[in-house]
Amino acid sequence: MARVLVVDDDQALSEMLGIVLRAEGFDALFCDDGSKAQGIFNEAKPDLVLLDLMLPGIDGIEVCRKIRAESGVPIVMLTARGDTLDIVKGLESGADDYIVKPFKPKELVARIKARLRKEDAKSESLIIGDLSIDVIGHSVKRDGKDISLTPLEFDLLLALARKPWQVYTREQLLTDVWHYRNPADTRLVNVHIQRLRSKVEHDPENPEIVMTVRGVGYKAGP
Amino acid sequence: MKYFYQFKQAWNKSLSLRIIATTFAVSTVLVTIIGLVLVNRVSSGILTSKESSSITEASSAINEAQRVVVATDTGAGAPTLSVVVDTAVTALAVRAGQSGLYDVLFLASPEISKQGLPERGTNLVAENSVNDELKSRVALTDKLLWSYTKIIYLDGRSVPGLVVGAPIKINNVGTYSLFLLFPLDKEEETIGIIRSSVLATGIFLIFGLLILVWYLTRSVLAPVRKTANAAERLRMGLLNERVPVSGEDDLAKLAGSFNSMAASIQQQIGQLEKMSRMQKRFVSDVSHELRTPLTTVRMAADVLYESRDQYTGETARAAELLSTQIERFEILLSQLLEISRFDAGAADLSLTNVNIKNVIEKTAESLSNLLARQETPVVITGHAPDIEMDQRRIERVLRNLISNASEYGAGKPIEVEIGSDDDAIAIVVRDKGPGLKPGESSLVFNRFWRADPARARTTGGTGLGLAIALEDARLHSGWIDAWGAPGKGTMFRLTLPRVAQTAITKSPLPLGTGEDEKLEFDMSALQELFNVDTKSEN
Repeated sequence: MARVLVVDDDQALSEMLGIVLRAEGFDALFCDDGSKAQGIFNEAKPDLVLLDLMLPGIDGIEVCRKIRAESGVPIVMLTARGDTLDIVKGLESGADDYIVKPFKPKELVARIKARLRKEDAKSESLIIGDLSIDVIGHSVKRDGKDISLTPLEFDLLLALARKPWQVYTREQLLTDVWHYRNPADTRLVNVHIQRLRSKVEHDPENPEIVMTVRGVGYKAGP
Repeated sequence: MKYFYQFKQAWNKSLSLRIIATTFAVSTVLVTIIGLVLVNRVSSGILTSKESSSITEASSAINEAQRVVVATDTGAGAPTLSVVVDTAVTALAVRAGQSGLYDVLFLASPEISKQGLPERGTNLVAENSVNDELKSRVALTDKLLWSYTKIIYLDGRSVPGLVVGAPIKINNVGTYSLFLLFPLDKEEETIGIIRSSVLATGIFLIFGLLILVWYLTRSVLAPVRKTANAAERLRMGLLNERVPVSGEDDLAKLAGSFNSMAASIQQQIGQLEKMSRMQKRFVSDVSHELRTPLTTVRMAADVLYESRDQYTGETARAAELLSTQIERFEILLSQLLEISRFDAGAADLSLTNVNIKNVIEKTAESLSNLLARQETPVVITGHAPDIEMDQRRIERVLRNLISNASEYGAGKPIEVEIGSDDDAIAIVVRDKGPGLKPGESSLVFNRFWRADPARARTTGGTGLGLAIALEDARLHSGWIDAWGAPGKGTMFRLTLPRVAQTAITKSPLPLGTGEDEKLEFDMSALQELFNVDTKSEN
């Protein structure tokens, strides 16, 4: 049973989220204060974090950054503002996905399940540029040294590496990696490609592994 | 021709060129007139005094000649005619002196000249220095006659001069004509000097004037230009732009007024920005405060709705109503927030280069459920070049127009036409439903306006869709207009500039059909005329 940590200061919403999550078979934990989130996270070791951006104590973006510094656990932001700036800031601080209030319970559950879904791992080893990817071990190595990626970043790199001949559009990546069924915000892709590049590229300004194809999308490097 | 246009352009553009050219033209005309009058007056004065002194001298010289002739002729042992003539000419030459005050021609009158009579002149003066007309007139008169002439010498020289002539009677022979030729070369020289100095003065004066005018224009225009530049920078948003004020003249007043205007604009813009910020903040807060409980309610409603089978009929229906109305409430809330964002000026564009046809196809695709339910096909024709637009907003506009068309289109195909010209692209969405009634085409964009209040409530529209669509178009510096006629369907036309946020005045596609279109056009032209009039009255 997957554990979901809900970090939100609105008690009614937290309770409602608990009801919905339990109905879907998740184990829900709660935290109503940003400053306590880190402690509860370390203690409970949840499989996923639902994080409200507006929190008393320290705000959601800071919480997100702190959790991300220690763990690759999927983080889904809850935001009441559709503002571009908030969403981009949240994604840049390490969130994997976001969902704008008010949302439908089904939509939320779908997002959570997509983030928790494990690929059917086959014993497979891929090479992309000077990186080697071990699919079962969920690890990426360069010259024998591990590069630490979040599960989402790993999935993104894996998708590109599996079909090095294919140029992925942002919409395709949203479908393949985020498992969105409807067209969604392509900024998700942009932000995460940037984060991925900052980890795997020698020089993120001149990428050699995750290449941009102008006007189309991205593809794996030669 | 090309240079003429270039000049005309420069002429229209440059105030200093106009002033300098005008000054040049006017001063040249004035100086020329003054110079001509001056030279004329001076030279006629010089010539008049020379003339009167010459005539005085000539009259006494001629008297003396007559006396000499008479005296010589009546002496003892009457001398030959040539001696008489010689004596007279010599006497006159002595009288004229070494300075060459005048030269003498002593000629036989025309009627006796054929007889080989002696004629004399001094200093190689040619006989044709005196014209025939004067010669014949002198022969017939007994007075002094004079005229201007050109004195010609046998060695080829010639000088301007005054010739004074009178008849001399010689006994037994007849009338001789005596001509005294006064050279005017000195006077001519003086007049030449005066003429060239007047010319030099005139040119100097004109150039001096031009330099003065150029300097004055510059000193007046420089602050004006500076102010114009400052105004331009102010327009670009540099609200701190001011011009330096020096002195207390009109230009300083201009600079001062400009500065106070800039300060007042800056203050007002600051105030507006502050209000807009507050409004933005308020909208954002309201949004947040409303959305969190709404999320809870929405989830609760969904949970109830999912388990509605467990309730009795009416409770189950209540759960259903709760769920659908919350959805409607949500849409309404988000549209209200969107509208208030427009009102606060807080809406911004995120531009990308997009092909409109793709956007339309994508929008129709996303509406495929609705379109299938209404059994309404969408026919897309035409194409347009890629333009920069906020894809999310334009998609929203198109979704609104197409879903409206399918809702009111009575199942007939929706025609979407794309067109473009050099400045703009246009999309016309047309349904063939019952159509708008006259006068409704301007009302449809009003907030919460409904064509048929009784009907629309059931279809779930919020009444804000077209108002938001219009704002979205305006944000791109484009517009949406509508046309409809009973039985002919409804048309909505979205016009967008090809270069984002540049003003456009006409749409590449027509709105309406045939005569109605023309009527519509005339009406709007009239309306515009009316608007302009009322504006100018205010």
